[in-house]
Amino acid sequence: MVLGNYKSAVAARSTDKGILSASQDGGIVTQLFAFALDEGIIDGAIVAGQGAEPWMPEPVVATTRAELFAARGTRYTISPNMALIKEATRSYGLDKVGIVGTPCQMQGLRKAQLYPIGMRDVPDKIALAIGIFCMENFPYQGLETMVEDHCTVKMESAVKMDIGKGKFSVYTERGGLSQIPLKLTHKYEQPGCHVCLDYVSNLADVSTGSVGTPDGWSTVFVRTKVGDSVWARAVDAGCFETKPIEDVKPGLELVTKLATDKITKNQKTVEARASFGVKADGSGKALRNPYL
Amino acid sequence: MANKITVGHVHMSGCTGCLVSLADNYEGLFKILDDYADLVYALTLVDVRHVPEMDVALVEGSVCIQDENAVEEIKETRRKAKVVVALGGCASYGNITRFCRGGQWNQPQHESYLPIGDIIDVDVTLPGCPPGSQAIRNVCVMAYLLLQGSDEQKALAAAYLTPLMNLAKRGTEACGCDLMYDVINQGLCMGCGTCAASCPVRAITMVYGKPQIDRDMCIKCGACYAQCPRSFFNFDVINEFESITELIGAAMGQGGE
Repeated sequence: MVLGNYKSAVAARSTDKGILSASQDGGIVTQLFAFALDEGIIDGAIVAGQGAEPWMPEPVVATTRAELFAARGTRYTISPNMALIKEATRSYGLDKVGIVGTPCQMQGLRKAQLYPIGMRDVPDKIALAIGIFCMENFPYQGLETMVEDHCTVKMESAVKMDIGKGKFSVYTERGGLSQIPLKLTHKYEQPGCHVCLDYVSNLADVSTGSVGTPDGWSTVFVRTKVGDSVWARAVDAGCFETKPIEDVKPGLELVTKLATDKITKNQKTVEARASFGVKADGSGKALRNPYL
Repeated sequence: MANKITVGHVHMSGCTGCLVSLADNYEGLFKILDDYADLVYALTLVDVRHVPEMDVALVEGSVCIQDENAVEEIKETRRKAKVVVALGGCASYGNITRFCRGGQWNQPQHESYLPIGDIIDVDVTLPGCPPGSQAIRNVCVMAYLLLQGSDEQKALAAAYLTPLMNLAKRGTEACGCDLMYDVINQGLCMGCGTCAASCPVRAITMVYGKPQIDRDMCIKCGACYAQCPRSFFNFDVINEFESITELIGAAMGQGGE
């Protein structure tokens, strides 16, 4: 169950060279949203656009291919995409909203769908939710420290950042590559990530990430009826090149391992929080458990 | 349909926005009234002058403790209703009425407004200003399933309502500050932005991945904290979002697949 419920899992990449030219891996999110926009499945999508500082994402509502393309690629810091979920249905007037997000953002989305306390008229307008794999995230200042102090690259000189094979890598515009062991980055992780019990966006319609597939490809889980329908249509339309996940290395085995590692580690954190302090009688005094 | 439950809307000191939010389910409201619930009390919609016996009381507004009628009516509501729902920010937390200091025309002596939970025991708290129409709809459907459903439906409804019952136990004070005290200070915030979207007065902006609360703007409705995925997150319910959404859709007579 560490991978959540899913109807199918495949290796995939976009067939659009334009998308692949600046996508993080297989261009799944950009391609699927572009297809959904073209087909009227969504009126727009909340994606991580460019913010006020280099490599700072800012949630934007993309209603055109150009706006989607401008948001390609991964930024390893927080883009609070859920902040726009109601606004997308109001100021932007969207009836069918697409949203991409991390596992925790998918959790916020589904909670908003079932308990729309401050989310009037939002639940019925969620048309396509794409989740990404996520081990943890970094506050902007944390990322800045990793890139500028540890990798000695100016934020504005970096053209791509990547996490894989135990390393954090920064590529520069002059072709330079600066890498540090992932271990060095752990202290900069966002604390709130350490209680997260989801690695592969179990609650998305479709979730995707690089882990499990070769460079340039992505692993895709198709989870819900909505996801199944949109994915099938996109594949039929020739948007994606796919391979059975069983035929690629390292495959689901690695995804399962990393998911298990994350969940086991964070479950321990949740448990440790239950007796973080000490009461007068010597027993443990708890920090708040969000899952109770 | 047989075995409808009885529901009343009890109006304390509120703006009727919560009732309007219920009504904004449009045909869904008719479906609820046709199949699941008889509206036995609602000053704006039903010609009944005294609080009758009912299964579920949806209470809107806070209680002015200098208003004898209001105090008597909320106590009567507790005596007559099996389940009391604090509907919206005022009933739950006082909301904007927390800022009242009296002196207003034409009852200047009315200066103390309390969330209903400070006067009576509350079973379910549904915050927000107003609570989303679909949230009220979901609570109505779940209340029906809890009282009249099959065993399986009763279990689902109980699981669905549990976090809202826990909110009722949590207390009668709410503020945007809850995001600091109970989420960020507790090391639980991951910057998803849900709180910012839920705020009815746009008092929350996301700055460097964390909510920044304009505390002078906050009306204390409780929506942000209740909506936060790190305030409560019941995997047993939310993991089933697809089937529950279909169930509610079917209950509302929407075709579905």
